[in-house]
Amino acid sequence: MRVRFWGTRGSLPTALTSGDVRRKLVRALQGAIGRGLDSDAKIDAYLDRELDFSTSQTFGGNSSCVELIPGGDEFVVCDMGSGARAFGNHVLATAGATPPLINVFMSHVHWDHIMGFPFFMPAYTTGARIRIHGCHPTLERAFRLQQSAPVFPVDFGRLSAAIEFVHLTPDTWYDIAGLRVRPMLQNHSGDSYGYRFEHDGKSVVYSTDSEHKLDDPAETAAFTAFFRDADLVIFDAMYSLLDAISVKEDWGHSSNVVGVELAQLARVKHLCLFHHEPAFDDEQLESILKETIRLEQLTRTDHTVEVSAAWDGREIDL
Amino acid sequence: MELDSKVYADVLVLSPAGRIDHTNCDRFLDAIQPQLERCTASGPRLVFDLGRLEYVSSAGLRCFLIAAKQVKPLGGTVVVAAMRPVVKEIFEISRFNLVFPIFDTVRAAVAQVSPGALSALDAG
Repeated sequence: MRVRFWGTRGSLPTALTSGDVRRKLVRALQGAIGRGLDSDAKIDAYLDRELDFSTSQTFGGNSSCVELIPGGDEFVVCDMGSGARAFGNHVLATAGATPPLINVFMSHVHWDHIMGFPFFMPAYTTGARIRIHGCHPTLERAFRLQQSAPVFPVDFGRLSAAIEFVHLTPDTWYDIAGLRVRPMLQNHSGDSYGYRFEHDGKSVVYSTDSEHKLDDPAETAAFTAFFRDADLVIFDAMYSLLDAISVKEDWGHSSNVVGVELAQLARVKHLCLFHHEPAFDDEQLESILKETIRLEQLTRTDHTVEVSAAWDGREIDL
Repeated sequence: MELDSKVYADVLVLSPAGRIDHTNCDRFLDAIQPQLERCTASGPRLVFDLGRLEYVSSAGLRCFLIAAKQVKPLGGTVVVAAMRPVVKEIFEISRFNLVFPIFDTVRAAVAQVSPGALSALDAG
C-alpha cells in the first residue's frame, strides 16, 4: 500500500513568500561556495545530501488531503482540503476522462477539509463517480453549502459527476475499495473521525483534528487500541504540548509529544506528523520534527517508533 | 512515584521520584494539591526538586501546569530545579521551559526565590 500526501497543512492553506524563497536561495548558495558544482549530478548530490530539508524543499501549504493506494482500481482519499485540487488533476491525468470510482473519507466538514472540493475537477466531469463517506449527518449539507450563493459561483447541483454521500457508523468495520476501514470518534469541535485502514497485512491510521485529553485514561486506552501495531499513523501534531493544554485548549488539536506517547503505547511502527501549524515556516517545522525524533529516542523503551513529517507530494510505501 | 516534601524557612521543596505518567498522574496531583493551596503570596515559595524524577509524560506535565495555574494567580511563586537531562529535554520539547523558571540546583532556586532561606537549606 502506498500513501501519497496532497495536502498536509492545518487550518489554512499557506504559501511560501518571496522572502522565504530568497532565504532558501541564500542559504543554498552560501553552502555551495567552493564546492565546484559544475554538473547536474553534483548539484543534485549537493541538494540531496548537504542541505536541510527546509532549505532544499518545502513542507508545502495545501490543507488536508491524503491518498491511499492499496493497488485496486478505485481511488481512495482522506479529506478534501485544498490539496484535492492537485489530486483531482492527477486523477484525470492518470485515469482518463472517465475515472474509476473515487472514494472520499471525511474526517469532518470544517472549512479546511472541504475547501478543495469546488476545485476538484472530477466533480465537473461527466461520467465520473464520487462517493463521499463520513459519519457526520451534516456531511452533504456542508458540501452543498460551500458551493451556494453568495460564496461560490458554481452551485453543487450543477456538478456533472455522479456524487453520493455514504453515512458510516463509528466503531464499525467496512469493506470499501479493497480496504477494511473503521471510523472512530475524536474530540474536536463538532466532532471529527479518525479512520483505520487495513489491507494485505498493512495498516494506516488517519487521525487528524483530534484533541487528546490527558486526564482521561479511558480515552488514552481507546486511542492506543485504535492505533495498535499500525504500520503508519498520520497524526495531528499542530501545537506544542504547552499550547495544546493551555492557551489553545479545546481548539481541537494535539501535539507532537502526545503523538509520540500514543505511538509508543500502541507500538506503532511509523508516526507521521501532520496538519502543520500555518504560522510555522519550513525551518520551524523541521526543527519540531528533529525535536520529536529526539523525544522518541529519549523515551524509547523496547520498541522503536520511526518519526517523520508529512509534506505535500510525499509518498510512503508500506 | 514517591513525593517528599521539606520546608526551609519560607520555601517549600517538593521532590517527586520515579516516573509520572498517565498511570499515576492523578495520584501525584492529589499529593501536591494540599501543598499548592498554601502557596499564596503570603505563603511559602514552591520549588519542585526534580533531581529524582526519571521521566514525565504529557499527563505528568499537565500536573505541573495545573500547579502553576493555581499558584501564580494567587501571587505565589513556583519554580523547578535540578532536572535530570532527560526530563529537562522533555520540558524544553514540550515548551514547559516557557512556563517555569528553571534552575540547575535546588540551592540556586532557593537563592532566587528566598535568599533568606539559604541558611535553613544549608543547615539541612
